[in-house]
Amino acid sequence: MFILIVGCGRVGSSVARGMLREGHEVSCLDEDPESHARLEVGLEKSWEDLGGQFTVGAGLETEALVAAGIEKADVFIASTDGDNTNIVIAQIAQRRYDVPTVISRVLDPLRAEWYERQGLHTVCPTRVAIDMLESAVRESSGRGGAPSGGAVEAA
Amino acid sequence: MYIIVVGAGKVGWNLARELLDKNHEVTLIESDRRRYLTVEQELEHNVSYGDASELWVLERAGIQRADMVIALTGDDEDNILICQVAREKYLVDRIIARVNNPRNRQHFDLLNIRPSVSATDLILRLLEHEVPEYGLVHLLDLQEEQLEIIEMLLGKDSGLIGRRVGDLRMPEGSLLISVLRSGKGFVPTADTMLEVGDEVLAVLDPGKEDDLKALFGPEGNGGDGG
Repeated sequence: MFILIVGCGRVGSSVARGMLREGHEVSCLDEDPESHARLEVGLEKSWEDLGGQFTVGAGLETEALVAAGIEKADVFIASTDGDNTNIVIAQIAQRRYDVPTVISRVLDPLRAEWYERQGLHTVCPTRVAIDMLESAVRESSGRGGAPSGGAVEAA
Repeated sequence: MYIIVVGAGKVGWNLARELLDKNHEVTLIESDRRRYLTVEQELEHNVSYGDASELWVLERAGIQRADMVIALTGDDEDNILICQVAREKYLVDRIIARVNNPRNRQHFDLLNIRPSVSATDLILRLLEHEVPEYGLVHLLDLQEEQLEIIEMLLGKDSGLIGRRVGDLRMPEGSLLISVLRSGKGFVPTADTMLEVGDEVLAVLDPGKEDDLKALFGPEGNGGDGG
C-alpha cells in the first residue's frame, strides 16, 4: 500500500517508520525540513535509502500534496499538531482525491466525536488517555482502595 | 439578528462595532488573552474569550440561536472548521468565512463554505480595475445564481469601435448591461455607438469570458463573418 502521512512529528514519524518496516510505501509531508531527522531516529540507513519519501510543504498546499503522492495514496494519515488542519486536509483527501482510507488525529474529544459521526475516521489520543486514566483508577480501587461516599454504603 | 464574529483582529473588532451600531446582537470571540482584554475595554460583554474551534466555546456563546456566524481568524483551517460546524452541527443559516491565502479558496469551495471573502482577492480586483491592460475585469461572482459581471475597456485596436450595439453578436449567455463613458454610466440602446475608451459592463454565464474577450479584443469584429 502507498501511505501518505502529513505531519511528521513524534506520532507521524513513528507511524511512518512502522509502516515502512511492514513493507509499505511511505511518503511523509511536513512544513518543517528539520522533521526529516526525526524520521531517521533509530534507523541505520537514511530514510530515502530505505525507500521512504519525504516532501517539505504544508498540508493545505495542493502542489505539496500532489508532490507527496496523494493521487496514488491508498491511505492518508493527517497527524499535524493542529486539529483543524487535520480535519480539513482529511476532508480534502476524501473528497477531492478519493483516497480510500483517511484517518485523522484530533486531540479535542468533542471535535473528534462530531466529525467521526460525519463520516471522518478520527483517532483521539486525549480520549484514549482519559479512558486509560479512568480505568487505572478503577483498577486501583478494585484492589482495596475503596471508593468513598455512597458507593461504600451500597457495597 | 444575533451574529457571532470570530477573531477580534482589526476587521473583526471594527465589524463587531458596526454591527452593534446597527442594533444587532453580537458576540465577538477572541482566543488571544491580551487581545481579548484590550477589546473588552470597549466592547465589554459583547466579547468573549476562548478558542472558537472548541465546540463548548461556541455553545457558551449561544451558537444554537445564532442567525449568522462570521469567521475572520488568520487561519484558513480554523475559519473552515468554525463555519462547517456552525452550519452542519448547529444549523446556523448564514455563514461568512474569511480566506487569508487566496490559494486556499478552492478548499472553501470544496467544503461548500460560502460565501468566502478574501482581502487579497479584493485588492487584486481593484488593482486590475485601475490597471486596464489586464483586459477583462471580474467585478462580481454570483456563485449561487451562476452569473458573473465583468468589465472591459475598449482600446483603440478593438474591432468594435464605431459599431452599433444592436449589430453586435453577443455570445449566447451574455448581455451588455451598461457603458461607462467619460466618467458617466448609461444603459446602451441598440443605437448606441461604441467609442474608444468606453468601459462596458456585461453579465454572463460562467465560462463565457473567452468568447467575450474574443469579441471585444483587437481581433474582435463584432461577430461578423466569423
